[in-house]
Amino acid sequence: MTQLAETLETSGYRDHDGAEMLRISDLHAFYGESHILHGVDLDVKRGELVTLLGRNGAGRSTTLKAIMSLVGRRTGSIVINGTETLALKPHRIPRLGVGYCPEERGIFASLDVEENLLLPPTVRSGGMSLDEIYEMFPNLYERRRSQGTRLSGGEQQMLAMARILRTGARLLLLDEITEGLAPVINQALAEVLLKLKARGMTIVLVEQNFRFAAPLADRHFVMEHGRIIEEISAAELPGRRDHLNRLLGV
Amino acid sequence: MTMIFGVPLAVFMGQLLLGLINGAFYALLSLGLAVIFGLLKIVNFAHGAQYMLGAFVALLGSRYLGLDYWLALLLVPLVVGGFGMLIERLLLRRIAHLDHLYGLLLTFGLALIFEGALINLFGVSGASYPIPEALQGGVNLGFMFLPIYRGWVLVAALAVCLFTWFMIERTRLGAYLRAGTENPALMQAFGVNVPLLITLTYGFGVALAAFAGVLAAPLYPVSPTMGSSLLIVVFAVVVIGGMGSILGAVLTGLAMGLIEGLTKVYYPEAANTVIFLVMILVLLLRPAGLFGKEA
Repeated sequence: MTQLAETLETSGYRDHDGAEMLRISDLHAFYGESHILHGVDLDVKRGELVTLLGRNGAGRSTTLKAIMSLVGRRTGSIVINGTETLALKPHRIPRLGVGYCPEERGIFASLDVEENLLLPPTVRSGGMSLDEIYEMFPNLYERRRSQGTRLSGGEQQMLAMARILRTGARLLLLDEITEGLAPVINQALAEVLLKLKARGMTIVLVEQNFRFAAPLADRHFVMEHGRIIEEISAAELPGRRDHLNRLLGV
Repeated sequence: MTMIFGVPLAVFMGQLLLGLINGAFYALLSLGLAVIFGLLKIVNFAHGAQYMLGAFVALLGSRYLGLDYWLALLLVPLVVGGFGMLIERLLLRRIAHLDHLYGLLLTFGLALIFEGALINLFGVSGASYPIPEALQGGVNLGFMFLPIYRGWVLVAALAVCLFTWFMIERTRLGAYLRAGTENPALMQAFGVNVPLLITLTYGFGVALAAFAGVLAAPLYPVSPTMGSSLLIVVFAVVVIGGMGSILGAVLTGLAMGLIEGLTKVYYPEAANTVIFLVMILVLLLRPAGLFGKEA
């Protein structure tokens, strides 16, 4: 019976055969009186890894937060895996198979590493098992009894990612995961992202570190003033590198 | 006769036990306050009134419905806790986005309304609730006489404290609660129904107060004002222990009961104020409380 239920759930999930995992149309978002997003349009195909690039304050993190309904007010449309989510209650959105890794990582100090890892409820079947996760992040296994916030910055970042992999989420929203981390850690994170991509995960990466993101992504969206101003595919990237650098001000 | 610092052992132990029992009530009530404060960030000023409601519902239940003590111990916390959930859902949630001071004012107002309404209906004199048959009488421990009901109160209160600690520190639901206390928005982004968690938490805290009220009914006169006098001491206990620590709330509650009991033995005049003296000392030396985290 359980197996049947699982099969039903899984097949129900896969039955949506549109190639689109996420489509955002004319998204406006507000914090109180301040209007942060001014009509964002973007689409992400199943299994794609896209980046949101832009200067600080361009609205990249807010776009991820708006998808998770963590902003004050939203208008427009956000379709996740075929479901319009704008009117959904915030706790329903992750259950569509979305995992969110916030910029500040959000490791809980009152929970140890393993509790942190087990905290997010399962949203879909087919998530990684604890063993698989420990295999991918051996450091976390060694420190599983430590208080979550006692870990190094890199380990906390691994933990913040690992815990959404357990839930069965298929669309990962990752906010500035390389921020403040050593190059060797970033290298490890890049490998993790490639493995996740190989597993068919769809990933939206907000990234300041373009050198980290460039070799991983299929497409790049450049944001400015709360809008997408440019879309660059991986194939177009070499020819438009200078243009992109100018946009990002680097 | 054995003497301890010039006091007969029986008197000493008797006061110690009395103190411990008071401490058990402090522990139960400050535990509920700590649980509610943790997630809702509201100082629940209705806590004393909810404790009183527990005792009152048990009393009225036995008077008009023949509800027996054991059933009351089980049902009254559910009823009063359910009432608490209604308060959260219909009132507290509407002001959750405002400064938490408004929550304090709202619960304070509710406490006054409950108290006033019951005074209007039943007067302030208070009624007695019989000790259940199975727990009447006492046992001679050799060094003192222990009324069975008081022993039971101590055991039951500690068992509920231990159960609460276990639920919060060792279960998945408790992990949700601890994590929700730290970062409710992120919990929501993980798919946890945080508004429901808040309603349940408030209901649970209120149920703890009501449970304490039922336990207290056979010990103290059941009157509409029984909660407000106790709550002031409980707030002092919470300040001493520091908000937000479950174990801290329980240990501080018991310790303050003991200190109060000991003061009754050696300097009875100060028994009612000693907890507040401790509170002043703690505020001077460790403003976050003995178990509180420095902000």
